[in-house]
Amino acid sequence: MSANPAIIVSDIVNRFGAQTVHDGLDMQVERGEIFGIVGGSGSGKSVLLNTILGLRRPQRGRVELSGVDVTTLSDAELRNLKMTYGVTFQAGALFSSLTVLQNVQLPMLEHLDISARALEELALLKVRLVGLPTEAASKYPSQLSGGMIKRAALARALALDPQLLFLDEPTSGLDPISAAAFDELLVGLQQELGLTVVMITHDLDTIFRTCNRVGVIVDRKMISGSLEQITDNPHPWIREYFHGARASRFGVSRGA
Amino acid sequence: MPFRTERHQETLRLSLFGDWTIQHVGDIERSLESLALDHIRRLQLDLSGISSLDLSGAWLIHDLQVRIAANRSVELASPEPPMLRLVAQTLAEDESTGSRAQRPRRSAIEHLGRHALERLTGWAEGLAFLGVTVIRFMAALKDPRVWRPISIARHVYDTGLTAIPIVALIAFLIAVIIAYMGAEQLQRFGADIFVVDLVTVGVLRELGVLLTAIIVAGRSGSAFAAEIGAMKLNQEIDALKATGVEPVEVLVLPRWIGLVIALPLLTVIADAVGVVGGALLCHLLLEMPFVQYFQRVDESIAAWTFWVGVIKAPVFAVLIAAAGTYRGMQVRGSSRELGRLTTVAVVQAIFMVILADALFAVLFMEIGI
Repeated sequence: MSANPAIIVSDIVNRFGAQTVHDGLDMQVERGEIFGIVGGSGSGKSVLLNTILGLRRPQRGRVELSGVDVTTLSDAELRNLKMTYGVTFQAGALFSSLTVLQNVQLPMLEHLDISARALEELALLKVRLVGLPTEAASKYPSQLSGGMIKRAALARALALDPQLLFLDEPTSGLDPISAAAFDELLVGLQQELGLTVVMITHDLDTIFRTCNRVGVIVDRKMISGSLEQITDNPHPWIREYFHGARASRFGVSRGA
Repeated sequence: MPFRTERHQETLRLSLFGDWTIQHVGDIERSLESLALDHIRRLQLDLSGISSLDLSGAWLIHDLQVRIAANRSVELASPEPPMLRLVAQTLAEDESTGSRAQRPRRSAIEHLGRHALERLTGWAEGLAFLGVTVIRFMAALKDPRVWRPISIARHVYDTGLTAIPIVALIAFLIAVIIAYMGAEQLQRFGADIFVVDLVTVGVLRELGVLLTAIIVAGRSGSAFAAEIGAMKLNQEIDALKATGVEPVEVLVLPRWIGLVIALPLLTVIADAVGVVGGALLCHLLLEMPFVQYFQRVDESIAAWTFWVGVIKAPVFAVLIAAAGTYRGMQVRGSSRELGRLTTVAVVQAIFMVILADALFAVLFMEIGI
């Protein structure tokens, strides 16, 4: 492990009323890796993501993004922090009244002072970068297919050239071919742009194709490690997840 | 400045340094504008001094290469950074897939034709919706099991009971306004007593039902459109159809029937509050005893005065419910459509109510009531 991790989450506690979602959860993401977060429905994957993004203050614990503790930042500092990462949401969350190009331009308009030509060209570059045709730039989200929405959301997340990228179920709802194409795009961009990627996913295909390391949320804590370490983990939920009927077709059981 | 320039006759050497990243794109753009390129034939770019480069910075360099290369030779005096190659590759693919899509320009006549056709199909769709609803209603008349009493009761509650406070308040205020204005004018002729006629006939025949309908159009017409529209966006309407349940039967009819029950009742309340409000103001303003006021009310109203108002209520209710549910069903695609069609529903409901009221006025005059 390097001396300078991109994300350090230490001893997080998140509670909703009497229900404790995270109880002393730790997580560390190194620079330049793709880190997958896995967990059952209701295990608090999205809550963890919101905590890391600084959208939710945990009851206890620290979250450091590039050495900055996001849990103690003021609103103005948080605003600056938000320029340094990109996020995509489960259903895309594209603004439905804006075209794809305008969706990508929105963060730039908010945070940058650049010429109209640069705004247009840079946004179009991002649209092209995620593999969308130029014609798609002038379309509205309701006119796009599921795969194109995910790509457009990725283009918007990359609008401000972030070093950190958070993806919430980027391939859910896609057919296997589109999902594979998205994974390929993600790995390519991650290498070319030197991104650090944190991704929540249920898709075993995606995990095996893209992730360097995986963190599993079980019993309100996180167990993380390389793919081999996790698939060899004896915890019953992890065993069921990676070696159950759905997983056996990947042949991961062989090594275990 | 994020670059240094050295000039040797017709050659300009640009040495870039510092951060060429997205935060600095605006500043770099502005300083590049001041670049003097007269009589320059050759341009050398030295990128070795750049401390950090991201995609946007690379785009600036690419843009520099492409724009200046138009009539000059451009060369890199240092190794090409991978980020710059990525930009060049991404944009190169662009040219092979064709240029930016442009919306074809339409002539005025084509525009007019398309608009007319859209209007026509719009009318046809509206008529079809009305037809389906009426057919379902007829079927429901024959088969009482299709009636959904709980659903209807909910809509009577939502559109009627919860609207009582605002309807009563508005009716009271309108009666006060009429009485006040009437008293001002009629006092001059010593015809104070006719203020009672003005308030009673005005509220009972026209204003009670009209204002109630307008309030309900704003409250419930919009709610109908928004509820059904959101269900449409959420694919709940498709789910209903797939379950073998007819959306018109469970979503549209109960709302129509509920409102047809609720609006006349609200009108009666508005009428009552209006007449009482008039009594209060006549007492305060003209020192008219309550007994005298209500005696005059009794004399001023004909057998039909009250019914002329109330009879309009079910018709207005159908118009409001039709506009709300129909526009809700039309929502598709995006939340923007939901907002637009909710607005359309309210505006159309109010318009149709006022139009229908005008037609009723002519009708009642013709038949002499």
